[in-house]
Amino acid sequence: MLVRLENRGEISKAMVYASPFIAVVLTLIAGVFLFALLGVNPVEAILSFFITPISTLDGFAELFVKGTPLVLIAVGLSFGFQANVWNIGAEGQLTVGALAGGGLALLFFASESLFLLPAMAAAGILGGMAWAAIPAFLKTRYNTNEILTSLMLVYVALLLLSYLIHGPWKDPDGQNFPESRLFPDAGILPVMIETTRMHVGWLFALAAVATGWILIARHVIGFQIRVTGMAPMAASFAGFKEKRIIWITLLMSGGAAGLAGMVEVSGPIQQIVPNISPGYGFTAIIVAFLGRLHPVGVLFAGLLMALTYLGGENAQIEMNLPNAVTGVFQGMLLFFLLAADVLIKYRVKFGGPKTAGAAEGAG
Amino acid sequence: MTAPRLELKGVTKRYPGVVANNDVDLTVMPGEIHALLGENGAGKSTLVKFIYGVQRADAGVMKWEGREVEIPNPKAARDLGIGMVFQHFSLFDAMTVEENIALGISAELARGDLNSRIKEISASYGLPLQPDRYVHTLSVGERQRIEVVRCLLQSPKLLIMDEPTSVLTPQEVEELFKTLRRLSGEGVSILYISHKLQEIKELCHTATIMRMGEVVDDCDPAEETARSMAEMMMGKNLMSPERPEGIETGAPRLVVRNLNMETSDQYGVDLHGISFEVRSGEILGIAGISGNGQTELMDALSGEVPVDDDDSIIIGDKTVGGAGPVERRAAGMSFVPEERLGHGAVPEMTLWENAFLSGATRKDLVKSGFIQIKKSSTYASEIVEKFKVKTPGVLNAADSLSGGNLQKFIFGREILQDPSVIVVLQPTWGVDAGSAAAIRQSLLDLAAGGAAVLVISQDLEELFEVADQIAVICQGRLSRSWPPDEITVDEIGLLMAGVEADPGGEAHNGEAGGHAG
Repeated sequence: MLVRLENRGEISKAMVYASPFIAVVLTLIAGVFLFALLGVNPVEAILSFFITPISTLDGFAELFVKGTPLVLIAVGLSFGFQANVWNIGAEGQLTVGALAGGGLALLFFASESLFLLPAMAAAGILGGMAWAAIPAFLKTRYNTNEILTSLMLVYVALLLLSYLIHGPWKDPDGQNFPESRLFPDAGILPVMIETTRMHVGWLFALAAVATGWILIARHVIGFQIRVTGMAPMAASFAGFKEKRIIWITLLMSGGAAGLAGMVEVSGPIQQIVPNISPGYGFTAIIVAFLGRLHPVGVLFAGLLMALTYLGGENAQIEMNLPNAVTGVFQGMLLFFLLAADVLIKYRVKFGGPKTAGAAEGAG
Repeated sequence: MTAPRLELKGVTKRYPGVVANNDVDLTVMPGEIHALLGENGAGKSTLVKFIYGVQRADAGVMKWEGREVEIPNPKAARDLGIGMVFQHFSLFDAMTVEENIALGISAELARGDLNSRIKEISASYGLPLQPDRYVHTLSVGERQRIEVVRCLLQSPKLLIMDEPTSVLTPQEVEELFKTLRRLSGEGVSILYISHKLQEIKELCHTATIMRMGEVVDDCDPAEETARSMAEMMMGKNLMSPERPEGIETGAPRLVVRNLNMETSDQYGVDLHGISFEVRSGEILGIAGISGNGQTELMDALSGEVPVDDDDSIIIGDKTVGGAGPVERRAAGMSFVPEERLGHGAVPEMTLWENAFLSGATRKDLVKSGFIQIKKSSTYASEIVEKFKVKTPGVLNAADSLSGGNLQKFIFGREILQDPSVIVVLQPTWGVDAGSAAAIRQSLLDLAAGGAAVLVISQDLEELFEVADQIAVICQGRLSRSWPPDEITVDEIGLLMAGVEADPGGEAHNGEAGGHAG
């Protein structure tokens, strides 16, 4: 039997915004079946995955700790994605940003200056930008595919991190553990709610959302990015320079990812360790799409994805479930979202081309 | 009495928000050349798609030779003996004529000595074709012949032709008509879709006129004038453009000198030594079959593809060859590209955003990097009002407008920027007659106001109506220009086909191409 996708012609605006919610509900339903198959009580598992982690103040604050890098990176990525510039290497830019910002803290490990944190933030942003500038240069100069170059640079960045903490940046008093020394107090992001780990990095994320929103809705740059993505010929007609858009979007997303890296090492981690990020740079891609590439959507999507990290950890502890559950949930979410998006544009038809329909019409 | 070849009764097709066909009746007799006439969006294509089995209808009956039939798909239509030549060909450039034909017909037909059958048919119907040629080496007219021969191989009883002449030179049109008349003489019915009234008068036995999805009239084209048919088609009195009297042409506003450009498109056309000038108050028309360098010339003039030699394009007294679109707009130039959706306008964006798209510079719609939304909306509303664009408001997306309305909006957007030079490519392609008239009038008015206007078009009627000078582009080379009353349609046709017009004739033919602006 033939299964075909037929273009609907018209796209329902309402469904475009409803599809993330549909995806979440379908993920939950699939989750129930998954847990049942694993032989655990689905209701209990869902509760332990999605509710228990945020039932305490600590846990709730943790949502924002995890959400901060996701939102920061995803806001940056959504600019590029709107212009069809596919930066897949945010994880690498995050790593280099963490190294640049953290490196500054290590360089001035005795500092008590109030300027250290702003300097670290700036270094983080510049580090991320520098890493993203490589694919931007290669694409604008040699027309290489930024998907490949940015992704490959992730592994280069991770090796650089590994080299530094196994070598020059290793804590001299650290009993040979591959970790840097702890950052000085002046290099640590202040906590926002006492007794929790929630730090002021969240404010950076909110600021990124607000800036992103203004840029995309009101600023010429945002306009150029949207036109480039929707109709490249129209962008050329208007005189927008494609190369400039590639540079801008890659630098913006790289800078945001770099800042996220600096926030991670300077906030929750407070030193440089072998695993700075549990894949925030990759998860943020899902966040960007789940949030419909809109800064406000990204804000909520980021928190939701943060919950899957927390849920995964909690389910591991409480229910003895494998940590891979997190990845499975994130993957399902993206899968259902993309499927819903396809179905917004196309309808599924069974059987030979157009047979049923035309017979009905002619009879 | 013979039964009609095809009879439709009460065909109705609704799309969300639109009734494309409402209770349409149509009767085509054997051997009849039947015109289906209507503006864009009148429902011609929807009806034909139903007949050819591409689309179903919501209601209605189709009878084939007196027998009620259902046509679920194009294959069923072909089995009955219905062939169709689409406006946009479905050919593979990298394959030969024979291979392309073999792909489009049933396996049984493709078997055996297809090559000689193609030659046979093409010879007997006056459709010269070499089966071994690669499609990318063929002209548009030759490509169309492939589609026609493909249909004829299946010995159709009804041949549907969708706007077949829009891509042909006048000479090619004559050849096609000969073939069609001959088919008609053999008893093949032809359903001929067009909005070119002169052709219908010349060719067709009957015409069914559609408007807004309904049949408004049937007539005998021979007894009507082109004007009376146009009025039936549009349901109102037609206004022909008025050429303001006594316009003085002034100083050259757009000067192009020895413009050369290599195309980046594999099947594009390089520009060779193009030279011309357009004076203030003058309209220069460039005729040519599409695909002879028009797009490339447009890209070079708009600055979307800047050229190496800065001096080869001069606007006013500024050399802009190496400049991009923004600088050229600042120098006083406006342009309207051929493709409305996706090039001249962003389909998904609102009208005010599309007004901002090209108006940002000259209309001063940016303030320290931010879009002046209110000012842009006012500008868009002004366009809608002055150019009578039918839309509920400037918050509607560009792709919600009909082709004609969007084209009026785009023209309005460029004209209200008060350009000293405007370059337009195929300004009324696929636009309904009413909007086309309004657009041509606006070009004449603009020239009357002192602007230099360049119209690149394959519609010769249009060029003769508006242009003060006509030149012809062929394979990336531009001929010299003539006032419309010093050159005939036939001579232009030959230049378009790349043939040196009548060497023994008037002096200007010998000069073609040699005259540098």
